Formats: sequence, structure tokens, C-alpha cells
Amino acid sequence: MTWVLDHVDQLLSLSAYHLWLALLPLVLGLLIALPLGWVASRYYWARVILVPAAGLLYTIPSLALFVLMPLILGTLILDPLNVQIALTVYTVALLVRVVADALAAVPATVAAAATAMGYRPVGRFFAVDLPLALPVLLAGVRVATVSNISLVSVGSLIGVHGLGQALTEGFQRDNYAEIIAGIVLIVVLALAVDAVLVLVGRVLTPWARIGGRR
Amino acid sequence: MKRVLACVATAALALTACGGKTDPLAGPSSTAAPVAADTITIGSANFTESTLLAEIYAAALEGKGVKVSKKLNIGSRETYFKGLQDGSIDLIPEYTGNLLLHLNKEAKETVDNEVYGALEKALPDNLIVLDKSDAEDKDAVVVSKETAEKLGVKSIADLAAKGPVVFGGPPEFQKRADGLPGLKANYNLEVSEYKSLDVGGPLTVDALKSGAVQAADLFTTDVAITANGFVVLEDPNSNFSAQNVVPLINKAKASDNVKKVLNAISAKLTTEILLELNGKLAAPDKPDPAKVAKDWLASAGI
Amino acid sequence: MWEWLTNPDNWTKTFGTPGIPQRLAEHLQYTAVAVVIAALIAVPLGAYIGHTGRGGTFVVGMVNAFRALPELGLLILLALSMGVLLAFEAMTITLVLIAVPPMLAGTYAGIRNVDQSAVDAARGMGMREREVLVKVELPNALPLILGALRTATLQVIATASIAAFVSLGGLGRFVVDGLALREFDQMAGGAVLIAALAIVVELVLAGAQWLVVSPGLRAPRSRKRKATT
Repeated sequence: MTWVLDHVDQLLSLSAYHLWLALLPLVLGLLIALPLGWVASRYYWARVILVPAAGLLYTIPSLALFVLMPLILGTLILDPLNVQIALTVYTVALLVRVVADALAAVPATVAAAATAMGYRPVGRFFAVDLPLALPVLLAGVRVATVSNISLVSVGSLIGVHGLGQALTEGFQRDNYAEIIAGIVLIVVLALAVDAVLVLVGRVLTPWARIGGRR
Repeated sequence: MKRVLACVATAALALTACGGKTDPLAGPSSTAAPVAADTITIGSANFTESTLLAEIYAAALEGKGVKVSKKLNIGSRETYFKGLQDGSIDLIPEYTGNLLLHLNKEAKETVDNEVYGALEKALPDNLIVLDKSDAEDKDAVVVSKETAEKLGVKSIADLAAKGPVVFGGPPEFQKRADGLPGLKANYNLEVSEYKSLDVGGPLTVDALKSGAVQAADLFTTDVAITANGFVVLEDPNSNFSAQNVVPLINKAKASDNVKKVLNAISAKLTTEILLELNGKLAAPDKPDPAKVAKDWLASAGI
Repeated sequence: MWEWLTNPDNWTKTFGTPGIPQRLAEHLQYTAVAVVIAALIAVPLGAYIGHTGRGGTFVVGMVNAFRALPELGLLILLALSMGVLLAFEAMTITLVLIAVPPMLAGTYAGIRNVDQSAVDAARGMGMREREVLVKVELPNALPLILGALRTATLQVIATASIAAFVSLGGLGRFVVDGLALREFDQMAGGAVLIAALAIVVELVLAGAQWLVVSPGLRAPRSRKRKATT
């Protein structure tokens, strides 16, 4: 325990860096997955190609993807971009299907009503479809966030050190306090961000809180 | 629902902006952008002694006014060497014998001066090695006391004569020139099963202690050897060549000041000092390598 | 990478280092053991919680928390404390901890979503609670339970690749050794094999689900009728 108390600042700065490594890919991945998912929800042929392709990408082991990034992208060996771009790929793979399902679940009657009211397709997307799809979308984003935060720890194996450093260093030095601190902080970080996302979801969907079943 | 859109956009921006600001907080080891030309980036391999040596170099250089950035715990030599070539790191503590074998698998030199001479010739144009130290840390084939007594072995040749063994060590040992291929060539050592563990770390020590492996690859400056009563098998055929600690540095960053500091460190380091410092690092309260490094530099008068 | 995959040497045992078929078998072994144990824990627990309705929030909270667990960290911790001789057991515990949450959530959701009128009818017919659970709720919940089983199995297959860090085998061995030796053909080959295994297993399980689930429960493949714009 004393080890943990002595190294609080180091652990905190590692946590901050860890969040940066995990959350940037999330935002990028979401921005990429939205148009892809939209195409997949409208056109059957797109869905048939994109969703299985996304599933395929998701099964690639994270370590392999991290290591192969410099070869594919030409980045430097120790560039944190290697981790971030790989995580963006995973986020997109996870969210494309979620976006497609969420948008497809918008009731046809509501979409028809919006069109009848005069909304153009793009306006309808932002004003009607997206807000209604938000709950399902948010659930997917929560899963992607937690998954990213967990995967950043694997980056330590290629020298990109977030909280995973506590795991690899603790492993090398037989330091249980460090390993446990690393695991606990990663879980706490993930749960904290998850809670924030739940709050954001509640703020963005006030209609869901009014009446109705849970 | 422009309000909704605005909320989402702000949240996204806030998150990324947040992340951008916290990047510098993580310290010098986080920068991906090209570092200033007068800063030396020091790397270390994925075992504690390498990090200790890197911290010693870093503290000494900073003490003499050189700007230093650290990228520690990178990985095996096969990984970090690429970092030296593409400029991700400029300086790393190395071991003469293994570095030579990495550059030239066919190298036959085993005596320290010859190894150093061959090494200077084998390095690519942009990298040089400075003075070598007397301090050595070699790979060794190690067995537990029980195994040594039960099989009556004192050298690797004795072990090879006993038949195939279960061997433990880091994954790269299977293919390194002085690893399994070298042991086979020099001693005809047969391995019935290889267990990939860690780089001379607690997993390997535990495997030896519990009998999960009969012999393992450990480092000669590892305090776990004496602490557990392990036996280092003799190497009469010199499968493991001399392994003097030496700084490997990008020629462009090796200013006279830098050379002076690093050579002074190499002159003062000995194998006994490495053992002593490793012992300090292995203590239950796990002191930081940076602190152990600074304390030693102070006591050595650098 | 293709040379590595098609090299016949890699498909046979060589110099004390097993080839692809053995690693494949090991990987499947780790997966199967973990999934079976996880199912034995998660399905009864999820069924009980779903049937009685108590502890629903606990399930959701637990699933979230466990998804955040870094598997590598957990494995390292267990392997160090249990010792290398028990590496397989340490790996199994880690994999079970990964597989239980999705299966628990899936079973719980499946039981909760069973048509209440069917359950009422069963009670009206005089079935006792346990019979209701086993004869009515579980068969109706089967699609969701099996769906969760498939998800959990895929996650376990992907995660079992880290077994290689603690001296075990499996397809992850190629990824880890390839990383240490900087042999990208071996590493990429290992990654491709793991992905291929995941796809094959997913297809097999999907087929099994199609066979096992009662035809009345099969979701119709509906093409959403889009409102014309």
C-alpha cells in the first residue's frame, strides 16, 4: 500500500494519459461510424457488406493490430498514434452495427410524419432520427468506451504507456501493489467515464424520463 | 433539435480538448511529436536493469545540463533497435555480446576486447558505441539446487549429457544465436519443451523454483540466483560471449559533453555495483529506479 | 505472411516447438473449458435472478464492471500469485471472468423478456415455479441465451490469445513470439488464424442455434418498409 501512496502523482498522470489514448479514438470512431452506419441502415447491400466486415475487424487480436500499425501507416515505432488508430478501427467496427440498428429502429411512422412536416432528409436525420436513436447509440458508445479503456493497457506491450505501464512494470519487478493499483485504476476509470456517459444520455433525452415504463 | 446537436458537439469537443491538455501532464515519455534537436531521448528494454542503467544515464546527463527525454520499457532488442534507426530514441544502454550477435548472427568473438572491436565495425553508420564498462551481465543457463544435486551437473555440457530438458526463458531465446540454437551447436543441448516466460523476471524464477522447468535463462546480475540458491552452470565452450555494458548512441547526438559523462559512468560501473543496485531494486518496498540511480550517482561522485 | 501460413513446416511439430494444429487444439481447449464453466455458473444464476426478478440492477452493474477489467492485468496477477505450474488454472479463471458477465446478462434478459402470458398460462395449468422456469421460460429464452453464449465464446477466443504471455500455448503463441522476435509474418499469421477461428466457431454456433431453437421462436427476417421520402 505504501508503494501506491508514494506514487500517487505518477499514477494520476498515467491515468490522464490513458484517458487521452482511449477517448480520442472513441470520438473519431463515432464520427466515422455515423455515416457508415447510416448508409448501412438505408441500403440492404451496404448492410450486408459493412456489418460482417466490421465483425471481422473486431476479431483481430489487439496486440497484433498495434504492432502492425507502424508497418501499415509508416508511423514511428513508439508513436501513440499506433494505439489510437488501432482503437479507432475497433470503435468503428463496434459502432457501425450499433448505428445501423439504432437508425433502423426509428419507427417508419415517425419518419413519415417528419417528412410530411417538411423536413428534408438531412434535416430529418439530425432533428428526428438521431435523437430517437440516441438511447441505443449511447449503449453502444458505453460498450466501446469501456472496451477502449481496457485495451489501452495492451499498448504497454509495445512501449505506449498508459496505466498498462503499472501492469508491465509490476510484472517485471514482482510488485503486486503496482499491478493491483493498475487494474483497480483502469476499472475505476472505465466505470467513471461510463457514469458520465449515462448522465450525458439522460440530459440529451429528456423525453425518455417523462412517464412511460422504465 | 439543434440543442441536442449542440450538446453532443460540445461534449465531443470538450473530451478531445481535455485529452489534448492532459497530454503534457504525462511527462516527457508521452511526446510523439519530433523532439527538439538538442534533446536526447533515452530508451530502455523490457527488464529492470536496463531501466536502471537508462535512469543512470538520464540523471547524469541532466546533471550536466543536457536536455533529456525518456521512453522506458519499450520491449526486446528486436523492437527497440528499430526505434534507434527511425529516430524514436537516441541512446540506450546495451550489452556488447548480444548487440554484436543481433547485428551479425555469425559473429564468433567471445572475449571482451574482440567483441567490442567487432561491434564497432558491425554497427550501421548512424550509430556508435562509447567506452565499454567492466560491468557485465550475461545470460546464463541456471538450474535449481535440487536439480544440480539430483543430476550431478556443474556445466552446460553435463546437462546436455543427461538428455532432453524442459527449458524456460523469454520468447526470443528460442531463436537468438546464443540461445537455443547456440546451446545446441556448442553443447548439443536438446530441449523437449520450451516454456516462453519473461525476460529473467519473477515468472522464470518461479518456474525454476517450482520445477515447471528444469533449466532456465537468467541474468548473472539477478539477485534471485543467490536468493534462491540457484546454480549457474559453467559455460566452458563460451556459448555466451562477453557482455560489457556500453552506451549505444546516435552519432549525431554524441556531443563531447555527452561522451564525457557517459564514459565517466562506464568507468565507474562494475558487476558488483550492478548486483548491489539490483538488490536494492528487488527490495519489498520497490524503490524507483530513478531514485536508486540518483543515489548511486551521488555516491560515485558523478 | 502467406509464406508462413502455407509453409508445411509450420503445420508439423518442429524442434520442440509445436506447429499450428497443436496450437489450434490448445486454443480450443482453453476456450471450451472456460465457456462451459462460465455457462454452468451464469445460466442458473441468470435464470434464478430473471425468474424471481430480484437483483436485476446488480446484474447490470456487475456486467459493466467486469467488462472494464483488463484481462492481461488480471492474468498477470493470477499467474504471479498462483505460480507457473498453475498457469492453465490462472488462464481459465481469467477467461471465466470474461465469459460470465455477457452470459449472465443474456440469460437474465432472455428470461425477463419471455411472454408473460405464456408464464401465466403455465401457472394457471398448475405448474410449480421450478417447472415454469424449466419447461416454459428457459426454452422461450433460448434465442437470447444462445446469442449471449455466442458473444461470450467469441470474446473468449479473442482473449485466449494472451495465454501465451504466461508460458501457455494457443494461437496467441505466434502473436507473442512474433512480437518478441519481430517476425511479422508469424505475428500476422497468428492474428489471421485467431480471426479465422472466431469466424468458423461463430458459424458453427449460429448453425447449432438454428437447430436447437424452436421454430416458433425464430425471428422473421423482416425488411423494414421505409416510408417514401
